[in-house]
Amino acid sequence: MVELVLIPLLKIIVVLNATLLGVTYMVLLERKVIAWAQSRLGPMRVGPYGVLQPVADAMKLMLKEDITPARADKWVFTLAPILSMVPALVVYAVIPFGDEVHLFGRRISLYITDINVGLLYVVSVTSVGVYGIILAGYSSNSKWPLLASLRASAQLISYEIAITLTLVSVVLMSGTLSMVGIVTSQASQGVWYAFIQPMAFVIFFIGGLAETNRAPFDLPEAEQELTGGFHTEYSGMRFALFFLAEYANMIVVSSVATTLFLGGWLRPFPNVEFLSFLGIVPGWCWFLLKSFIFLYLFIWVRATLPRYRYDQLMRLGWKVLIPLAIANLILTAIVKVALA
Amino acid sequence: MSSPTPQYGPMFDTDELVINMGPQHPSTHGVLRVVLRLDGEKVVDADVVIGYLHRGVEKLSESRSWTQIVLLTDRLDYVSAATSNVGYCETVEKLMAIEVPRRAKYLRVILSELQRIASHLLWLGTHAMDTGAMTVFLYAFRERELILDLFEEYCGARLTYNSMRIGGLPQDLPPSWDRKVLEFCRIMEGKLEEYETLLTGNRIWLARTKGVGVIDGAEALALGLSGPPLRGSGVRRDVRKDEPYAAYDEMEFDVPLGVAGDTFDRYVVRMQEFRQSIRIIRQAMQGIPEGPILGKVPRLIKPPAGEVYHAIESPKGELGFFIVSDGKSTSPYRFRVRPPSFCNLQALPRLVKGHLIADVVALIGSLDVVLGEVDR
Repeated sequence: MVELVLIPLLKIIVVLNATLLGVTYMVLLERKVIAWAQSRLGPMRVGPYGVLQPVADAMKLMLKEDITPARADKWVFTLAPILSMVPALVVYAVIPFGDEVHLFGRRISLYITDINVGLLYVVSVTSVGVYGIILAGYSSNSKWPLLASLRASAQLISYEIAITLTLVSVVLMSGTLSMVGIVTSQASQGVWYAFIQPMAFVIFFIGGLAETNRAPFDLPEAEQELTGGFHTEYSGMRFALFFLAEYANMIVVSSVATTLFLGGWLRPFPNVEFLSFLGIVPGWCWFLLKSFIFLYLFIWVRATLPRYRYDQLMRLGWKVLIPLAIANLILTAIVKVALA
Repeated sequence: MSSPTPQYGPMFDTDELVINMGPQHPSTHGVLRVVLRLDGEKVVDADVVIGYLHRGVEKLSESRSWTQIVLLTDRLDYVSAATSNVGYCETVEKLMAIEVPRRAKYLRVILSELQRIASHLLWLGTHAMDTGAMTVFLYAFRERELILDLFEEYCGARLTYNSMRIGGLPQDLPPSWDRKVLEFCRIMEGKLEEYETLLTGNRIWLARTKGVGVIDGAEALALGLSGPPLRGSGVRRDVRKDEPYAAYDEMEFDVPLGVAGDTFDRYVVRMQEFRQSIRIIRQAMQGIPEGPILGKVPRLIKPPAGEVYHAIESPKGELGFFIVSDGKSTSPYRFRVRPPSFCNLQALPRLVKGHLIADVVALIGSLDVVLGEVDR
């Protein structure tokens, strides 16, 4: 009973809360880092150095009036933010935050579950999130959100292909689809896949930026062009769900990138003996650190680069990233067979 | 509307989407309204609607005294008030044949060029912001703040300066102001490098600006463009060179020209104008003569009957004033402004045709219009 229900339930509660907390503080981190990049201070009013800003934001969004436009498709309009938020949270079920720890005399694994098609699960669940964006634009019955959702669907579908192709080359290396299995195979092969699959790594990162609608691919919510994007007509908590989903997705992409390319919870140089003192730091700390590097990169890119245009984005996706990903996949397969 | 592209066959019926951009839109720089007809994301046609900021400046001026009008010119191009002040005062001086002291002319050059830098900084920031590069916006405003401080020290105001008088200037420079201006020039030169690092060689920036909104010199002239949009198309026209006013005939500076006439060339022209402005300020600071700052002006300004047109090079282009005086009243009989933004804006429908929505905002930024001047 304890093993089967209680522990997984506790894990789910912990992960869910940690994620939501992480997401709200991700927003603060982004505001702070961008502010520093722009020689500003960022939020400073709520709490010391603005650390309580997420709390204030959450309160504000919850207390705000929730408006549904008169001509909106009400059911779909309500469904869309949920459809966008839930997949972003459900993905965390298979993400391995660490190895196993001993707690109260029990061995507890630091992941909710390890299914043998973990990677497939991640890909399929995150794809569902696109529906949220498409339906939001459609159901608002407003022209600007409609344009944004058209952009979003085209963008997400094209970049999903490139990303999935890079994932396949990683799977070729590891021989397993299980997220835990991918990490342990990096341990046994003694190298992070970022080093033997650099092309896949770069394509995954660029695709990840596009998948999460981040700059320079933030076309679906290009404020300067589309007055806000697919969530123009949303307000209050429903808007907050979209907002949180975006940041939750960023954390998902960072976590998946960490797991697949940077050895998950493994310490740097997992097989080099004389660096074993690094093992003092628990695995989940390495995991968080690596994910943090990705998140920081996301913010850094946003503070630096202008935005692509719609046609340029499509060209980059279809004419550059996808062919490169396919070439990389074929090359990986050939090398793999040759070595075997 | 029937289907414009029947080749898809009977299954799909495509329709043009009429969409309203503005007057409340983050990238229309105020209250510009553009009605776009879209085929997907492609702009088929654009219709510019103006008038949301109309305050009747021209009509108001006809019932104000000649000195009060300086204040109204502040509100034309509100991000470049000093140049509008210069333009109006020089027009009246031309009508009344008032001799302006040389020191006042030099000060006018310095203030105009500082204002040009401030105005171009605002353009750079918003233009970059429209294409998604938001950091440049903050950087540009940081340096613009320094200029506003200089103006505040000179005349007490930060936006609507009222900094000129008919016949000269209201007051001389505050002590050690010249040193601060030179210090600003030094800072600005370093910061220009910073902006160029962020934008000029950036692949995304190049992709977003090169070949967007191309207009050749002949067409630009035919559309009445002036200022950087005209020079970006390679037409050598700068009022400061062609019909020098104030002390510009004593200054040495180049007129940056573009080649292709696209958004990138207009960007490059303005970026080089920053450097030319700094060059002019340094020369003027060095050669500034001693003497009075206000010429011999009658107590009651009442120009003789007649009409006059005088143009200056504002940061946006050729800013002209046409004034008719009946010689009897203490206000103009007719007061007409030729605002560069208004004339430049009429190129927008021509420029955006065939481009995407994202280019529309880039092109509005590229033309650098200020709605206060367009609507008056």
